[in-house]
Amino acid sequence: MSGENHITEVGGTGVPIPGDDIDTDQILPARFMKEVTFDNMADYLFYDARRDDDGEFNDHPLNRFEGASIAVINSNFGCGSSREHAPQAMMRWGVDGIVGESYAEIFRDNCKSLGIPAVTTDHETVVELQEWIEANPDGEIDIDVENEEVTYGETTIDVDIDHAMKEALVEGIWDTTSLMYSNKSKVEATVDGLPYVEGDD
Amino acid sequence: MSNGTLYDKVWDKHKVTELPNGQDQLFIGLHLVHEVTSPQAFGMLRERDLDVAYPDQTFATTDHIAPTEEKKRQRPLKDDQAEEMLTALETNTSDNGITFFGFESGKQGITHVVAPELGLSQPGMTVACGDSHTATHGAFGSIGVGIGTSQIRDVLATGCIAADKQKVRRINVEGELGEGVYAKDIILKIIQDLGVDGGVGHVYEYGGEAIEALDMEGRLAVCNMSIEGGARAGYINPDETTYDYLKGREYVPEGDEFEERKEYWESIKSDEDAEYDDVVTVDADGIDPLVTWGINPGQVIEISDTVPEPDDFEARTDREAAEQALEHMDIEPGQSMLGYDVDVAFLGTCTNGRVSDFEEAAKILEGNQVDEDVRALAVPGSESVRAECEARGLDEVFINAGFQWRRAGCSMCLAMNDDALEGDEVCASSSNRNFIGRQGSKDGRTVLMSPAMVAAAAVEGEVTDAREYLDDEPAGSASGVGEAAD
Repeated sequence: MSGENHITEVGGTGVPIPGDDIDTDQILPARFMKEVTFDNMADYLFYDARRDDDGEFNDHPLNRFEGASIAVINSNFGCGSSREHAPQAMMRWGVDGIVGESYAEIFRDNCKSLGIPAVTTDHETVVELQEWIEANPDGEIDIDVENEEVTYGETTIDVDIDHAMKEALVEGIWDTTSLMYSNKSKVEATVDGLPYVEGDD
Repeated sequence: MSNGTLYDKVWDKHKVTELPNGQDQLFIGLHLVHEVTSPQAFGMLRERDLDVAYPDQTFATTDHIAPTEEKKRQRPLKDDQAEEMLTALETNTSDNGITFFGFESGKQGITHVVAPELGLSQPGMTVACGDSHTATHGAFGSIGVGIGTSQIRDVLATGCIAADKQKVRRINVEGELGEGVYAKDIILKIIQDLGVDGGVGHVYEYGGEAIEALDMEGRLAVCNMSIEGGARAGYINPDETTYDYLKGREYVPEGDEFEERKEYWESIKSDEDAEYDDVVTVDADGIDPLVTWGINPGQVIEISDTVPEPDDFEARTDREAAEQALEHMDIEPGQSMLGYDVDVAFLGTCTNGRVSDFEEAAKILEGNQVDEDVRALAVPGSESVRAECEARGLDEVFINAGFQWRRAGCSMCLAMNDDALEGDEVCASSSNRNFIGRQGSKDGRTVLMSPAMVAAAAVEGEVTDAREYLDDEPAGSASGVGEAAD
């Protein structure tokens, strides 16, 4: 949570999480949000999808690619509820970066808050990468945030990253509280221009 | 780029500065807090030894974990985790001078029901809450955004969020709604037309005659589900309907001050010649009630239509989603949703848990009985809604019909309390999400619909066209759905 960290590059083995419109209720079912810290969230990641009817682990990719650092997802990932519990769970499970077709906005914002680069590329490229991971479970994937590239095996692909996310990660200014805290007097000036804000108690 | 819209004006008024990362620092005029997404944020503040910057702009209530059975609201709550969350919220709010609407206040309820009815949500505000349905408050002509917990920390500590300005899409909803068709049907129609990710990168400005004709509770329902269409915020320009609603509410100024405030409200409306990034028209004239058939809110049809074939969809992603939906819902393409068996009927939520929602449902239930195989829950969106319904005798209608009449909370919308689906139960639900597992059982099935449709489904034990129960139509007599609409 420190604002000092510059995140220019993340890497490791991959885990494909295929499917479009995967919502945050699937990523982190609501019944596991009844905790006042995020500490245990990794245990609940994709809780239902990862288990069969007897509660045993099934062949969900998260079970098959234990230890992975780079999640590869499809389109509109993280839609639905705003719960930061979802990317928190992914981060605490081990995900350091995400490559995918597209993200729901609140999810992407939450990733930025946590310093998780979430980059995008087209459908075909994502599917190729997902297939490559299936064939190369121990293969390294590298997300170069600064140069907007992803490298796996012999392949390097160009990816896109939201401008604000890139700036925040590369410059190490993704802790927005620190960033905004120093602008107190400007906030006061803004407040002065708002007719509805004035110690009405 | 948009120009002269309400969004542009409210944004500009609240913009503090541009941040080094290119985002804008935006002041948040109303911060709503609940027990589930805030304790971690208060924890982060403590770690950094920071105070809450604007406690007077911050209001809290408990909704997600709130038990809805009267006997289960005794403290300490039986559910240890729920008790811990509630206690944390009580401590965090009292330590920081934040107003908290708890069980004893008579004002507890779902944040997005409570803030409007108390007059906390007003035009021209920025509203944030650690809940994606914060778009609801846009019904007053404000910018309401759902935020994650780290952003809650930002708002608590600085009164601001770091945000990117979005594009503005104007959605003109034209036409007139028939009897038994509601705001819920409008927003489901919009999502059907534009898709569940159609709004990504945009805020939605809803307008047109069908929107202008809605009362405030209807407008709240429309804006509420903006996020289901992928839009982080949605709003409606304020008008006399808005001002009439606000007048006399607890946190709304009175007399001359009201008139002064109204000048501000008028000033932030979209200009006649405002420029939008995009303008679309949705034809709502004479639409039938809509129901979902799948596992996201975009998988939705008018009740007179049949479940589509996966091949009917152009996009690969939609075809795959349809296949998955058909399997989960155990339904075939070409089938009508009419007659789809229902085990549970759930009325309430931040979408449809307001007085008019219960009124409309009660019209259907009056003199009818819930099917003996159906478990039926009526959960007011707030304790004020409950009190108002009870003052009008609506609780009696629900109880006599066989509904359980509960206390306020999010309840079975996301099953963080004891209210949950079991096994592969089918729920006719006035909520907003039909995601797999959303209502507490991974095999559970949700059919989203308006409150009137939920009431009709409860009575018949299957998905039913509620219009058969309205007006002079004797129950069960309407053969053609189209006819019943006339």
